[in-house]
Amino acid sequence: MTAGLVTFWILAALAVASAIGVVLKRNPIHSALFLVVHLATLAAFFLKMRAEFLATAQVIVYAGAIAILFVFAIMVLIPGREETGTDALRSQRLLAVPVAGLLLVLLAVMLRSTLFAGAGPKTSVAGGVATIGRALFTDYLYPFEVTSVAPPRRPRGRDSARQAPRGLTWCPPRTTSGCRRCSS
Amino acid sequence: MVPTSYYVGVSAVLFVIGALGVLVRRNPLVIFMSIEIMLNAANLAFVAFGERHGSINGQALVFFVLCVAAAEVAVGLAIIVAIFRLRRRLSVDELSLMRG
Repeated sequence: MTAGLVTFWILAALAVASAIGVVLKRNPIHSALFLVVHLATLAAFFLKMRAEFLATAQVIVYAGAIAILFVFAIMVLIPGREETGTDALRSQRLLAVPVAGLLLVLLAVMLRSTLFAGAGPKTSVAGGVATIGRALFTDYLYPFEVTSVAPPRRPRGRDSARQAPRGLTWCPPRTTSGCRRCSS
Repeated sequence: MVPTSYYVGVSAVLFVIGALGVLVRRNPLVIFMSIEIMLNAANLAFVAFGERHGSINGQALVFFVLCVAAAEVAVGLAIIVAIFRLRRRLSVDELSLMRG
């Protein structure tokens, strides 16, 4: 077994174990920490496949932004007994396990086809900033510009703020004259 | 060199784990984390196939998936916080309508 295969199996075990940890842990903050481990192992996978830029972006975007956002949301929301209370849909939830098993069997049958068999690639492309930047700004210029516009788009205008339903807007805690936004 | 089929196999297992999390869990935050796992499984398959064919296109697509995932988490967490302010509970079983 070569060194590449050994690192692959270690990373695969880490990725699968941390994903199972996300799903099985009852406390959401533990799930979030397992998610950070999972994202880090995926960045290592990307490095192993010579996608250096993607590995860096994965660490910055996921560990730096998404994981922090999750932890912040958990702290704000203070999750209660969603997982431990009485379960109204227990039969449906038990049904989920065979459904997921069926999905795994389906994917395994797909992967057994000859399309994916065989050795690794003949020529490997290094995914540095230069190569991926050239691809993004030539072949993928239009989707790139669309995605750069889409995320900051938000509804604005005073009418939408004034007609917002109660409870969905933030009211300052110490107003004596009532809230102007939700007329409460 | 690790065969591409190994990477795709790991990706399939991760996708199934994520799908199981979406189906089983009741806390919307954990459901979001499971969706992230599924997106990352797809990313792994994209990069593996791109490497196999010696092409950069797989990595470019992963870049867009990354963008969409970040935007989706921002919007989704905002919706969850808004629902929590309205109802003081966070179970997905009780939420069948997007309006209060």
